Amino acid sequence: MASTLGLVLNYLIFPGLLFTAVVGLLTTWVDRKVSARVQWRVGPPWYQPFADVLKLLAKEIVIPAGARRTGFLLAPLAGFAAVGVVSTMLWLANMRGAGFVGDLIGVIYLLTIPSLGMIIGASASGNPLASVGASREMKLVLAYELPFVIAIFTAVTKVMPMTLRLENIVAYQEMNGVLLGNLSCIIAFVVAILCAQAKLTYPPFDIPEAETEIMDGTHMEYSGAALAVVKITQAMMLFTLPVFFITLFWGGLQFTAWGLIYTIIKYVIIITIIVLIKNTNPRVRIDQAVKFFWGPVTVLAIIGMVLAVVGL
Amino acid sequence: MGITNWGFKKSLWVFHLNAGACNNCDIEVLDCLCPKFDVERFGIKLVGSVKHADVLLVSGSCPRKVVPQLIETYEQAPKPCAVVAIGSCGCTGGIFKDGYNFAGPVDKHIPVDAYIPGCPPRPEAIIGGIVKLIGKL
Repeated sequence: MASTLGLVLNYLIFPGLLFTAVVGLLTTWVDRKVSARVQWRVGPPWYQPFADVLKLLAKEIVIPAGARRTGFLLAPLAGFAAVGVVSTMLWLANMRGAGFVGDLIGVIYLLTIPSLGMIIGASASGNPLASVGASREMKLVLAYELPFVIAIFTAVTKVMPMTLRLENIVAYQEMNGVLLGNLSCIIAFVVAILCAQAKLTYPPFDIPEAETEIMDGTHMEYSGAALAVVKITQAMMLFTLPVFFITLFWGGLQFTAWGLIYTIIKYVIIITIIVLIKNTNPRVRIDQAVKFFWGPVTVLAIIGMVLAVVGL
Repeated sequence: MGITNWGFKKSLWVFHLNAGACNNCDIEVLDCLCPKFDVERFGIKLVGSVKHADVLLVSGSCPRKVVPQLIETYEQAPKPCAVVAIGSCGCTGGIFKDGYNFAGPVDKHIPVDAYIPGCPPRPEAIIGGIVKLIGKL
């Protein structure tokens, strides 16, 4: 009974929904500030994402007449809940080894649920431009999931003995050095960051929510508190994906004194890479994106996997 | 609701609506978002969909054909939403007020909260107008 209550509190407060939402929103502030500096601007103050969310809670929710109300309102909540579960699983696996066999598979499939939520919500909104955004999101998910899974399983192959538990991967890295020291895992890390760019729908792959083309695409019809849920889900994904990559490739989260500072530095490096790719690239077309992910990126991921099997 | 009011003042999302303008005011509005004036440091962001908007920036004198679209767009914006009329055309009709298809300045059709005159208004004037609007909210 007490451990169930403890797990529920873990999901809701730390390290689940509340903690991930707050740190995720701070990370979006880092993103906006670095983007502003790269563009020679000043950028918003640190409380800006919180002001955005508070303002959105004060606006009314406008539901279009042709929308299916239930799917429209529940779809973002499903994505929000899924990202909370992923974050809880990652942190608990790092902190006290509380995991189960195959929880890596759970993380992979739960990470697709926010995108599926946006597809369902956009289709339920009854807007033709949103349905264009939904179809583009579907194609993008089909494109990047293949190299993403291959890159993750490169890390699994490298770990000896092969395991699907996150805590075993972290423990292996503690004994044998971080997985990034091997060539195959460097290649897998690069592939994973490119796929993360698409998973977060950041430029150059922000095709589903193209502002100038289809007027914010998938989340065009959301307003008020529903839009706040969508924005918080994006912020939580921005926090969860780098933590996932640190767990898989870079030694896991460490909570000793110097280890904590080192972990924060690793996290900031990954965020900076993602933000710099975001700021230096224009948006690509959907067919260019699919060819890119099924072409060069998959070939690179397969090379990484072959190198891991060979033993490099 | 004090804290959501604070959030409202610190984070205004603008949607730009062109009601028959010559585009000069639109260029000056875009100027405010570019590095020299950079209104993003006040939390102001340009959004692509009217459902995300807090402020409707309307520029242009309204010809007859635009009036239904103007009213429809205003009704689609989630309330509370402020409307700002930019440029002399938006405020009073400007040099087009005797035109054959002029159907009234913006405040004849939708309630306007702030007027920013000028042809086109300088970015400093636009920022000054937005600051007065924030004070009024």
